[in-house]
Amino acid sequence: MKQVSLKESEYSVKKGKIVRTKQMTEMEKLFEISLSNGEALDHEPGQFVMISVPGVGEAPISVSSSPTTKRSTFELVVRNAGMLTGSLHKLEKGDTVGIRGPFGHGFPTQILEGNDLMFIAGGLGIVPLRSLINFVIDNRRDYGKVNILLGCKTPQDMLFGDEVKQWEERLDVNFHCTVDRSDPEWKGNVGLITSLIPGVNLDSNRTFAVVVGPPIMYKFVIAELLKKKIPQRQILLSLERHMKCGVGKCGHCQVGEYYCCQDGPVFTYEQIKGKHEAL
Amino acid sequence: MGKYVILKKTDFNEFIEKLAKIKPVVAPVAKGKKSFAFAEVTTGKEVAVDYIPTILPPKKYFLPQKEKILEFNKKKQEWTPVLEYSEKIIFGVHTCDLAGIQSLNIVFTSKPKDINYIVRKDKLVIIGLECNHYCDEYASCAVMDNHLPNGGYDLFFTDLKKYFMIHVNTLAGEEIISKIKLFEEAKPINFHDLEALREEKRKIFKDEVKVGHKALKDLFEKSVNSNVWKELDKRCVSCGNCTNVCPTCYCFDVKDDINLDFNTGSRYRVWDSCQNEDFAKVAGGESFRENRGQRQLHRHMRKFNYPVEKFSRYFCTGCGRCSRTCMAGINLKETINALAEEKK
Repeated sequence: MKQVSLKESEYSVKKGKIVRTKQMTEMEKLFEISLSNGEALDHEPGQFVMISVPGVGEAPISVSSSPTTKRSTFELVVRNAGMLTGSLHKLEKGDTVGIRGPFGHGFPTQILEGNDLMFIAGGLGIVPLRSLINFVIDNRRDYGKVNILLGCKTPQDMLFGDEVKQWEERLDVNFHCTVDRSDPEWKGNVGLITSLIPGVNLDSNRTFAVVVGPPIMYKFVIAELLKKKIPQRQILLSLERHMKCGVGKCGHCQVGEYYCCQDGPVFTYEQIKGKHEAL
Repeated sequence: MGKYVILKKTDFNEFIEKLAKIKPVVAPVAKGKKSFAFAEVTTGKEVAVDYIPTILPPKKYFLPQKEKILEFNKKKQEWTPVLEYSEKIIFGVHTCDLAGIQSLNIVFTSKPKDINYIVRKDKLVIIGLECNHYCDEYASCAVMDNHLPNGGYDLFFTDLKKYFMIHVNTLAGEEIISKIKLFEEAKPINFHDLEALREEKRKIFKDEVKVGHKALKDLFEKSVNSNVWKELDKRCVSCGNCTNVCPTCYCFDVKDDINLDFNTGSRYRVWDSCQNEDFAKVAGGESFRENRGQRQLHRHMRKFNYPVEKFSRYFCTGCGRCSRTCMAGINLKETINALAEEKK
């Protein structure tokens, strides 16, 4: 077997310097990363990158920052859930990681323009959805009414607390939040995220619902959205799947004839309804 | 019709010897009873011309079981993509395996293109070999429409008893013919012999299952809730043999190995199997295919349904390897027939 070095392949990795970290909860840590030479990641909200720790491996992580926030850096929020993410959690400012991407089809920001939006985030779903929410807030006049529905297990699991507070305080954003289990300090709703949907006053013709959450959440949320008469093509879902390559080859993220990494992760409900194993 | 030449059987040894002087030659070699493998040969005597599908298909040369794709140096913060290849002539590829290689080509040359695969593929010369009769009862090449040559080779050999009829399909094939001066132009009688064999084959090779070629996609699409998968759930041992031996299974894992200096190392892609329990498990622990029946359904959908949607092509070649190798005796033809029976 002969071996040659390549200038570039689908597996080429860019150097990413960690410029800031923040422990967000016991399990989640934020990494702000800049590519070498100040190169912009140039991502769309909803896309993901493959992040590498040499010798440990690579994993797909959603980009959590909006491209409108900063051009020279981007943010990833990583839950400590396995080998790779565990070793990522040990890294600090100044350390280097490998970055491939951005990959996939993100949220169709152009198609959303001029429409009312209902963001629905369950648990870690807020991590990729934050990218779109901040994109929309930064281009606020281009969009109609903005509703944000946020759900998490307990008040302690709430990510981006300061930012969430700002969303809540904005006059041009309609914000609702619920937790599965409350604590004595909690003053908000208690219950599943589906319980927030019926109360939202919306014009179904011009509303796009953007849903991101754990796999189990989708079918219950979709049922509520359909009750609200939101058209199937206006329900956008970001699917989570196991991924190894990010370039539509390794087979792990297959959903029907789609590869989640290339054709998704964002799909319309119309695209995937009835597809075996999609929801 | 293209160019045809003939090679006398008595010249076959010399042909392989001369071929091996051009580039290393791999060909089917007997490995015990009813067991064959592609391995390097230097003379025709080593080649099993009449063989049943090898244990592993020739995909091992196109998509090696373990392949280095990247080298890294932690201290220097360097990442270098690499490509592994070797020049080879693969002799004796049956039409089912040619179809398998075509399927892999479609996947890896689709955008985003896989440069590692494409370069490696172009370093390989493919010499096909026709099956004159069924290899065994596991094959279903007729219903998959792969029992006759459909391209995908540089040269194609047909055994016509005293000689081989050879279709010269590419310039790479032509080069071999002109370098090895053992061939004669094919005459009308040779074409007659070839046509007679093909005619005979049309009588032998018939749809092996109770469903026709075109109806297979729909059969599987509608089988999602079938009891057949519940039955397979009880039998499958989740070993992954079926995917390893499949000529069109290409799923892989990506893994890092670090050297003993704890600084340098490599990233590899390694064959993976959708039959493994954690293949589709996400970080939160949810799995989209928790039980073996679901994973068997997925494997079949990836042969008979999804690729038809995506590439207008079945990814089953009918080679029969999955059935031949299954420790639990799961048999593709029986599965298809059971689904067809249930549908009635």
